[in-house]
Amino acid sequence: MKLKLATLALGAVMAAAPAMADLVFPSLSYRTGPYAPGGIPFADGYADYFTLINERDGGIGGEKIQMPECETAYNTEKGVECYESTKGLGSLVYQPLSTGITYQLIPKVTADGIPMLTSGLGRTSAKNGTVFPWVFNFPANYWDGASVAIKHILDEQGGDISGTKITLLYHNSAYGKEPIRTLEQLSEKHGFELSLIPVDSPGQEQKSQWLQIRRERPDYVIMWGWGVMNQVAIQEASNIRFPMDKFIGIWWSGSENDVVPVGDGAHGYKALTFHNMGDDYPLYDDLKTYVFDKGLAAGAGDQHGSAVYNRGLYGAMLVVEAAKVAQEIHGTSKITPEMMRDGLESLEITEETMTALGLPKFGPEFSVTCENHGGNGYAAIAQWDAKAGEWNLITDYVQSDQEIIQPLIEADSMAYAEESGIEPGCN
Amino acid sequence: MFYREAGDFKTSYVDDGQTFPIRFDRYRYYAVLVVAFAVVPFVINDYWVNSIFLPFLIYAIAAIGLNILTGYCGQVSLGTGGFMAVGAYACYKFMTGVDIWIGGEQYALPPINIFFSVILAGIVTAFVGMLFGLPSLRIKGFYLAVATLAAQFFLVWLFNKWEWSFNYSASGQINAPERGVFGVAVTGPNTHAWAAYLFCLVFLTILAIMARNLTRGSMGRKWMAIRDMDIAAEIIGVNPLRAKLSAFAVSSFYIGIAGALFFAVYLGAAEVGEAFGISKSFLVLFMVIVGGLGSVFGSFAGAAFLVLLPVLLKNVLVSGLGWPTDLAAHLEIMIVGGLIVTFLILEPHGLAQLWRVIKEKLRLWPFPH
Repeated sequence: MKLKLATLALGAVMAAAPAMADLVFPSLSYRTGPYAPGGIPFADGYADYFTLINERDGGIGGEKIQMPECETAYNTEKGVECYESTKGLGSLVYQPLSTGITYQLIPKVTADGIPMLTSGLGRTSAKNGTVFPWVFNFPANYWDGASVAIKHILDEQGGDISGTKITLLYHNSAYGKEPIRTLEQLSEKHGFELSLIPVDSPGQEQKSQWLQIRRERPDYVIMWGWGVMNQVAIQEASNIRFPMDKFIGIWWSGSENDVVPVGDGAHGYKALTFHNMGDDYPLYDDLKTYVFDKGLAAGAGDQHGSAVYNRGLYGAMLVVEAAKVAQEIHGTSKITPEMMRDGLESLEITEETMTALGLPKFGPEFSVTCENHGGNGYAAIAQWDAKAGEWNLITDYVQSDQEIIQPLIEADSMAYAEESGIEPGCN
Repeated sequence: MFYREAGDFKTSYVDDGQTFPIRFDRYRYYAVLVVAFAVVPFVINDYWVNSIFLPFLIYAIAAIGLNILTGYCGQVSLGTGGFMAVGAYACYKFMTGVDIWIGGEQYALPPINIFFSVILAGIVTAFVGMLFGLPSLRIKGFYLAVATLAAQFFLVWLFNKWEWSFNYSASGQINAPERGVFGVAVTGPNTHAWAAYLFCLVFLTILAIMARNLTRGSMGRKWMAIRDMDIAAEIIGVNPLRAKLSAFAVSSFYIGIAGALFFAVYLGAAEVGEAFGISKSFLVLFMVIVGGLGSVFGSFAGAAFLVLLPVLLKNVLVSGLGWPTDLAAHLEIMIVGGLIVTFLILEPHGLAQLWRVIKEKLRLWPFPH
C-alpha cells in the first residue's frame, strides 16, 4: 500500500501528454510477438498513407494528421491500456487490427463516443449499425469471407458439394470461432460435411492437427489463422502434400509472409481478399515521391506492395475519405469524433473515387448507411504464384450469401442489444 | 528515529498482538488507507484507473492468494491463470443468471448483485482449487507444479469447449453487462473511474486484512509448519490433509476473486486462452517471488513492480524519448527480465526483505552505533 504514493507520483509524470490540435488517428499496432508478421506490414501501410497525405496534400482539408503509435503485442490488456492512453488526445477513429481488442473496445468506444473501423475483422454483427452506432466493419466481414470461400468451392465442384468434406482449421480464439456458425448454416444448406479443428494460440505446433487432416482426408481445408500460425499451417500442408489449390485461407492468412517461407511448396495456395494485391498502382508513384524517397517510410520499409501493407494503406484511405466526408457535412476542417462518425456513416466508395486516389480497381464499391455499417460483402480469391512470387486474383469480387448471413447478423446483434440494454435505432 | 518501540507501551495482550505494533508503522498504515479511500478516488481519471490502479489492485489480490499457497504453505502452483478463469466464468454466470436445462425446460437463477457474484465466484474457485489440490497430498515440489500445470491447461480447454460457461456466444467471449452496487455502475462501459477503483479497493482491503490475520493465526502457523517440514508438522499434530486443502481453498478463493474482478471490472470482456493463459500463471508467480514469499506486503510490492514498471518504461521510452514502439517493447521485456534477475541475486527474499532491512536501518538512523 505504501507504493500507492509512488504510483501517484509516477502517474503525474505520465499524464503530462501534450494537447494536440491536429486530426489524431491513433495506430494500435503490434510489431512484437507471434503476430508481428501480420502487424508490421499493416502498421507500416497505415502510417505511410497518413505520411503521404501530410506530405502531398498538407493534411486533410488543411489539417495535419497526427498518428500516435501504441504497441499492443496483440494482447487485449495492452490494447486497453493503449486505448485509454490515446483516447484523451482527441482520437478520431480506432482500427485495432485485433478481434480480441475489438471485442474489448466495442463497449468502451460506444460509451466514449469514438468511432472504430474494423475492416475485415472484429465482431461481424457490428454490421448492424442500429445496434452498433459507433462500430464499422466495411467492406467485408468474416461471415462474408466464409460464404465466399464456400461459393468458390461450389464453383469448382460444378455447383454440387453435397458430401464434400470441408475442414475449418481455426485459431482457437474469438477471431477463429467467428465463421463457425456461418459455415454450419451453409453446411446445412449445401449439404457438405464440416469438421472443425482448433489450433491454440500462437500456433507454432500443429503436428497433431495435420495428422488429423491426413487421416480424415478432407476435400478442402479453410483456414482462419494469423501470425505465425499461417506459416506453420502452410508448411505442414506442404509436408503432407495436401493439394494447395484446395487450401483456402481467410484474408488474414494470405500475405507474403505466410507463403514465402514455404517456398515452392506453397505454390497454388489460395486466400480470400477484399482488396487487390501488388504495387502496380499510381498511388505507389506518389508514395515513392513523397514518402519512400524522402526517407519517411515507417518501419524498416521492406513491406511495400505486400498484401497486408496494402490493407494498411486501404484502411488509412478509408478513414481519410471518411474524414473528408465529415469535413464536408459539418463545414469545418477541425472535426470531432462525433463528426467523424457521421463521415463514416455517409461514406461512399465508388470506382471513380478509387481511381482519383490512384487505386483503380483496388477494392469493391460500397456505400455505408445507418442500417448497414458493413458494406455489401464482396470478396475475391487470390492465388499464390510461388515462381513469380506474387498473388493473383483468380475470381471477380463475389458477393456473399446474403440470405444466410443477414438473418445471422440480425439475430446476433439483437442478442447483443438485449444483453447490453441498447435500443436499436437510427438517429 | 523511525520505527522505534521506545516509549510505545502496551498494557494488554490485545494491544501487543495487533497487526502493526509500532506506532509509526500504524500511523503510516492509516495514512495509506486514508489516501487510498479518500484522496485517490477524487483525482483519478480513466487512464490511471485502467492502466495502473485496476491492474495493480487485482494482481495484488491474486498475488496474496498465491502467496498463501506458495509462500506460506510451500505448495508450488502454476495453475493461477486457470483458477482466475474459473473465477471469471463463475462470476459471469452468476451476474447473468445461472441457467440449467432439465428435460428441455430452462430453469434460471435471477442475476445476482455483482458484489455477491464476485464472492460466489471466489467460493466456486475455492472448491475447484481444493479439487486440484488433492494431488498435493501425495506429491510435492516440482511434481506438484506439473500437476497444477495440468489444471491450468485443463481449465483453459474446458472454458473453450463448454458452451454453457460462456452462454453459447458465437465467439466464445464473455462480456460483462452493466451491473452496479447501490445504483452506481461498477462493470460495463459507463462505469466511472472512481467506482471501479473503489470497488476493487474494498475487496483488496478486506482480503488483505483477512490474509494478514489468517497467516498470523493458528491456520497460518499450520501452513508454515507444513511448509518448513511436513513430517515434523504431522508429528506435532498438524493434519496435513486439512492444512494443505485449506491453503488451496483460501488461495483459490483469493485468486477466484481476482479473476472475477479482472474480467468483470477491468477487462469487461474476456477470452479464456488469451486472458487466462499460462503466461498469467507465471506473471503472478513472478510477482510473488519478486515481492517476497510469505509476506502480504511482498504481494503488494511484487504486483506493483510488475504492473507499474512496464507502463513506466513504455511511457519513458515511447512518449518521453520518442523511440519506435517495437524497439521500446523489446527493450521493456529485456529490462524487466534483467531487473528481476538482478533483484533475485541481490535480494533472494524479494522486495519484502528489502523493506524489512530498510526498516531495521531506519530504527537506528541517524545513530547506527
